[in-house]
Amino acid sequence: MRPLRILIAKPGLDGHDRGAKIIARALRDAGMEVIYTGLRQTPEMIAEAALQEDVDAVGLSILSGAHNTLLPRVVEALRARGLGDIPVFAGGIIPEEDIPFLKAHGITEVFGPGTPLETIVRFIETHTPRRAHAESSS
Amino acid sequence: MSETLSWRAPRELARWLSAIERGDAKALAKVRALYRTPSPAHVIGITGVPGSGKSTLIATLARALREAQHPVAVLSVDPSSPFTRGAILGDRIRMRDLAGDPGVFIRSLASRGAPGGLAAATADMVTALEAAGFDYVFVETVGAGQDDVAIARLAETVVVVEAPGLGDDVQAIKAGLIEIADILVVNKADLPEAQRTAQMLAAALALGFETVGHHGAAAMPAAQDVQHGWRVPVLLVSATKGEGITALIEALRQHRAWLHTSNEGLRRKRRQAEAEIYARLYAQLARYVQMHLDQAALQRWVEACAMRTAHPEEAAEALLAHVLQAIKPC
Ligand SMILES: Nc1nc2c(ncn2[C@@H]2O[C@H](COP(=O)(O)OP(=O)(O)OP(=O)(O)O)[C@@H](O)[C@H]2O)c(=O)[nH]1
Ligand SMILES: [Mg+2]
Repeated sequence: MRPLRILIAKPGLDGHDRGAKIIARALRDAGMEVIYTGLRQTPEMIAEAALQEDVDAVGLSILSGAHNTLLPRVVEALRARGLGDIPVFAGGIIPEEDIPFLKAHGITEVFGPGTPLETIVRFIETHTPRRAHAESSS
Repeated sequence: MSETLSWRAPRELARWLSAIERGDAKALAKVRALYRTPSPAHVIGITGVPGSGKSTLIATLARALREAQHPVAVLSVDPSSPFTRGAILGDRIRMRDLAGDPGVFIRSLASRGAPGGLAAATADMVTALEAAGFDYVFVETVGAGQDDVAIARLAETVVVVEAPGLGDDVQAIKAGLIEIADILVVNKADLPEAQRTAQMLAAALALGFETVGHHGAAAMPAAQDVQHGWRVPVLLVSATKGEGITALIEALRQHRAWLHTSNEGLRRKRRQAEAEIYARLYAQLARYVQMHLDQAALQRWVEACAMRTAHPEEAAEALLAHVLQAIKPC
C-alpha cells in the first residue's frame, strides 16, 4: 500500500511550531509522507495546499485560542474546493468543552495536550478513507 | 477519474499526479499518449546541497515569471527515510508567498527510495504537468552526493545552487554537482562570502572539473563545455532580496535557445532518452526479480553466506538463474 500523505499546518498567528513538528516527525516515523507548510497559514492556504498535494488528511496545530473561528473555516475552505471528504484533525491547546462544537463543524477528531503520539498515529491510520478509495477505483 | 488535464483544473491535476505516483494503469496509459506530443514547457532542474536556498529561489523565480503571466509548476522532491519509508516534505514553507495564485501549482513528493534523489514517477509527473499547459516546470531535488544526479536525465536546463557558509569547501564541487550544471547559481549573494564562493566555482569550472575528477558516468548527460559552445555561467543571486533574478531568467532563456539552435539539444535528448530507458529497464528487471525470487533458496544462501561457506556472488548468480527460468515462457 502506498504511504499516507498528510498535510500538517499551523493556522493563525501564533509563532510556535514545536508541537506541529513533533507530530510531523511522529507521522514520518510511522511511515507517512508529511507535507509541512510552516507558520501562519490562512484557511485558504491550507485548503489550497491540501488540494495541490492531494492529501489523505489534514492535521492542524493551534495554540492561539482562535480555534473556534479558524478550524471551521478550514473545513469550509476544503468543502468549497470539493474536498469535504478529507478528514481534519486538530491538536494544540483546545479546551475539552470546545470539542463538541468543533466536531459539529466538521473536525474529525481533536487531540488534547498529552495525547500519546501513538494514539494519534493509530487514529490517522484508521481514519483516512481516501487511500482505500483511490486504490479500489484504480 | 476526469479526463481533464489542465493547469486551470488543479484538483483534477492533483488527482492525476497521485494516480501516476501510485502506478495506476489508466494514468500510465494516459502519460504514454501525452508523452508523444512534445510540449513547449521549459523543464528546469534546480539542485544543490541542503540549505543552499533552492526552494526560496524557485519561489522568487516563479514570482518573476508570474509577472509575465506564465503558469508555473513546481515539483519538489525530498528523500524518504530508508527505514520507515516516511518523509517530511517541507519545501512549501519557502513558497508561502505563492499561495493564492491560481497560476502556480506546487507538488511535494518523496523519493520513495529511488536512486538519484528522484522518485521513480517524477518523469511521468513532469510529462503530465507539461501537458497541463504550464510554461515552466521546476523540479527541485536535493543533490547530496555523487549519485544524486538523476535530474540531468529529466531537465532541459539544470541549475545547480550553491551558497556561502555551508562549510569550508564549495559543497557543489564536493558533491560532484557542477558536472551536471548548465547554470551555476551562487545564492545568498547578500552574504559577504558569496563573491569568494563564486570565484572558487568559476575556478573549478575553468579547470574542467579536475577538482572532482572526471568519471565518465555513461548513463548521464555530460556537462556542456566550451567546445560545444555553452559556457556555464556563474551567477550571483539573492533569492530573498530578488537580486540577480532577471539575469538568471535571461540565462535560462539563453540556454534553451542554445539547445534549440545547436546540435546539443538533440544530443541531449538522446542521452536523456537512453538514460531513461535504462532506468526503466532496470526497474522492470527488479520487479521480475521481486516477483520470481525463490524465497526458500534465498534463505539457504543467506545462511551459507553468513557462515561464509558460500560467496554472495554465487548466491546472486544462482538466484538470478532461477528468476530467468521462471520468466522464460512469457
Ligand atoms: N541570506 C540569505 N538566505 C537565504 C537566501 N535564500 C534562501 N535563504 C535561506 O536559506 C535557508 C534554506 O533555504 P531553502 O530555500 O529552504 O533551501 P533549500 O535548498 O530548498 O533546502 P532543502 O530543501 O532543505 O535542501 C532558509 O533559511 C532561507 O531563508 C538568500 O538569498 N539569502
Ligand atoms: Mg527545499
